[in-house]
Amino acid sequence: MSFVEGQRKPRLGVFKFASCDGCQLSVLNLEDELLLLGAALDIAYFPEASSRMEPGPYDLALVEGSITTEEDEHRIKAVREQAKVLMTIGACATAGGIQALRNWADIGSYKQCVYPRPDFIRTLATSTSIADHVKVDYELRGCPIDKDQLLRVVTDLLAGVRPRIPADSVCLECKRRGNVCVVVAKGMPCLGPVTSGGCGAICPSMGRDCYGCFGPAEGMAKGVGYPPNTASLAKQFHDRLGLIPIDVVRRFRGINGAAASFRRESEAWAVKRTNSEGS
Amino acid sequence: MRGESPAHQPANSTRTIAIGTIARVEGEGALRVTVKQGTVHEVELRIFEPPRFFEAFLQGRHYDEVPDIVARICGICPVAYQMSAVHAIERIFGLRVDGPLRELRRLLYCGEWIESHALHVYLLHAPDFLGYESGIVMAKDHAAAVTRGLRIKKAGNALMTLLGGRSVHPVSVKVGGFSRVPSRRELEGLKDELSWARDAAIETIRWVASFSYPDFVPDYTFVALRHEDEYPFNEGRIVSSNGLAISADEFERHFEEQQVPHSTALHCRLNGASYQVGPLARVNLNRDRLSPAVMAALKDAGLSLPLRNPFQGIVARSVEMLYALEEALRLIDRYEPPPAPALPVTVRAGVGMACTEAPRGILYHRYRIDGNGLIREAKIVPPTSQNQGRIEEDLRLFLPRVLNEADEAIALSCEKVIRCYDPCISCATHFLKLELQRDL
Repeated sequence: MSFVEGQRKPRLGVFKFASCDGCQLSVLNLEDELLLLGAALDIAYFPEASSRMEPGPYDLALVEGSITTEEDEHRIKAVREQAKVLMTIGACATAGGIQALRNWADIGSYKQCVYPRPDFIRTLATSTSIADHVKVDYELRGCPIDKDQLLRVVTDLLAGVRPRIPADSVCLECKRRGNVCVVVAKGMPCLGPVTSGGCGAICPSMGRDCYGCFGPAEGMAKGVGYPPNTASLAKQFHDRLGLIPIDVVRRFRGINGAAASFRRESEAWAVKRTNSEGS
Repeated sequence: MRGESPAHQPANSTRTIAIGTIARVEGEGALRVTVKQGTVHEVELRIFEPPRFFEAFLQGRHYDEVPDIVARICGICPVAYQMSAVHAIERIFGLRVDGPLRELRRLLYCGEWIESHALHVYLLHAPDFLGYESGIVMAKDHAAAVTRGLRIKKAGNALMTLLGGRSVHPVSVKVGGFSRVPSRRELEGLKDELSWARDAAIETIRWVASFSYPDFVPDYTFVALRHEDEYPFNEGRIVSSNGLAISADEFERHFEEQQVPHSTALHCRLNGASYQVGPLARVNLNRDRLSPAVMAALKDAGLSLPLRNPFQGIVARSVEMLYALEEALRLIDRYEPPPAPALPVTVRAGVGMACTEAPRGILYHRYRIDGNGLIREAKIVPPTSQNQGRIEEDLRLFLPRVLNEADEAIALSCEKVIRCYDPCISCATHFLKLELQRDL
C-alpha cells in the first residue's frame, strides 16, 4: 500500500472526542522518537501539541475519544471525509470508554447527579465507538494505548506495510514474562484470559488482576475474529472465586464495558442477578 | 481554523472573530470575548469538552475499583486522582498509611509532577515565549533545549512506570498502599537518570529566567496545601494568601461550585470570589518548605519568591520540577521496602474527604461509602475548574492592553494568558475556541 504519492511528507491529523487525553499524551510520551516523527510526518492538525491547525485532507487521522454529543456525531463524519487512513486510538474510540457506563443508566439522572443546572447540558444518552459512526481502517486498543504499538503501526504505514495488530490474550504475554498466575495463586478475578494483550501483562506483573484495558481478545479456542470465552471465565469467577452476580457484572462492565463480548457477558449476569433477587 | 477576517463586515455590525480550538492545552474549549465601545464587556471561557459523568457512574461501584476509574478523568495527572481518592477512602476506613508506603506515594507523585511540568514547560508553554507553534517545531532551532526537556520528562515517566506499571493510568495504587512495591535495587537503577535530570532542571530555571515576561501582576488570592514540615503533595491544610487555613473536611463550607450556561465545567469560588491554585500558588505559600538548593538555583537565575506574574507560572513549574527531582532522589536514598505492599483494610460505612496537590493545583474528593464498601456518593473538584474564574478575570485585566491590535494578535494574547495556567480541560469538564465579539 502506498501511503502517499511522491516525495511529499504524509499529513497527520490528531482528533479528540470524549476522552481523558491519555492516548494523545502517549504520542508525546514517545520522548526518544517524537522529534523523528515530527520530521517524518507533516503534523497538520494536533491541537494538544501545536497551534498550527491546517484543514484536511489528512493522510493519517488518529482519533481519540468516543461519540457522546450530536455535534461530535457530525464532526467524526467530517474527519472521516478528510482522512485517507483513519485509525482509532484507545478504549474510548474503539469501544466507547468508561463513559459508556451511561449506556446502562438514565442520562437524565446522571445530569442531575453532576450538574446543578442539568438543562444547560447537551449530551447523548449513549457513549459509542467511532466505528459505530464511520468506517475505521485500523484500531489500536488500550486504556491508554501502548506507545510502542503506536510507533510500530505508524512506522509500518510510513514504510508502506500493512500493520498487523495482534489480539492474543494477556495470558500469553503474562506467561512470556514468567509471572505466577494471579487467578491460580491468589484467587483474583483476572480478566487476562479474555482480554487482548498489547500492554505486556502490566497488571499481573504488578501483583494484581487484569481489568480489561485492551478490550476483548480474539477467540483463543476458535481463532481470529471469534469472541473470547467470557461465559466460561465468568462462571469460574462465580463458582470458584465466590463472586456474586453483581460482582461479575461490574467486572465486565468497566473500561471496555461496551465492547460487544464484554457487554453481552455483563448483561447476562445482570439477568441472573435479577432472577436470583426475584426467587 | 482561525476565523474570518472582520474587514468585510459592515461598520456597525457586531464583529465576531471565531477561533477554533485553543491549542497546547489538554482538552477542548473556547473563549468568547465581547467588546462594547472599546471596553471589554464579557469574557466567557466555554468548555466544549463533552461531559463524562464520573461522579454519577461511580455510584454503586466497589471502593477498590475507584483508583482505576478516577484515573480516567485525566491522562496527564492520573496519579493525582488516584491519590485524592485513596486518601479520602482511607479516612472513612480509619486507615493511616505511613512509613515507606507513604513515601512511595510521595515518590510516585514526584514522577507525575516531573512528567507533567516538563511537558508543559518545554512542549506547551516555552513556544509562546520563543515564538513557535509547537515544541516539535521549536526543536529545529532549539534542539538542545527541547531534547533536554524530553529527557527530563522521560525520567519522570520512568519513575511512574517502575512504581505504577505504566505512566498513563498506573495500575498499582490501591486503598491501603500498592499492589506491588519496588526493591531497593530497582529504585537505585533510576538514580543516574534522575540525577542528570536534576542538573537539567537547574539549567531549565536558568533558561526560563532568560525569557521576557509582560509586566502583568494581578492581585491574586493564592490557595494551596501547606504541611507542617514538607512541601505539600498528599497532606496538609488548605491555606490561602488571605489567611484561610482549613482541613479538607471543611472544603465545601468555604468553596462552592457554580454552573454557568456557557460551560460544561463547574466554576469553583472561595467565599464568592475567584482564586488561583497550582505551581505559582504552591511556591508562594510554601517557599519556606523548598530546599536550599532550589532557592540557590532561583537566586543564581536572578529570581526571587513570591512570583505574582501569571506568565512566570513557567518559572514556578521549573522550580517544582527541580524540587520533585531532588525529593525523588532523597526518597530513593532512604528507601527501605515495607513489610507488605499494602495494609489490611476493614470496610466501614461513612463519608471521607481528601485534598492533594495535582500538578495543576489542589484536587478535592469526597466519597460516601456503605457497609458493603459500595460508593453511594462522589464529589470531585479538579484544579482547572477552580482556576477558571481566575483565568477569565486575568483576561479581562489583560485585554485592554491589546484591544487596539489586530484580531489575530488579540487572539494569540488571550491564548497565551490561558496557557499560563496549563489548564486541563478534560479534568474540568466537569475549555478553547476563541470568539471575539465587538461592537465597533
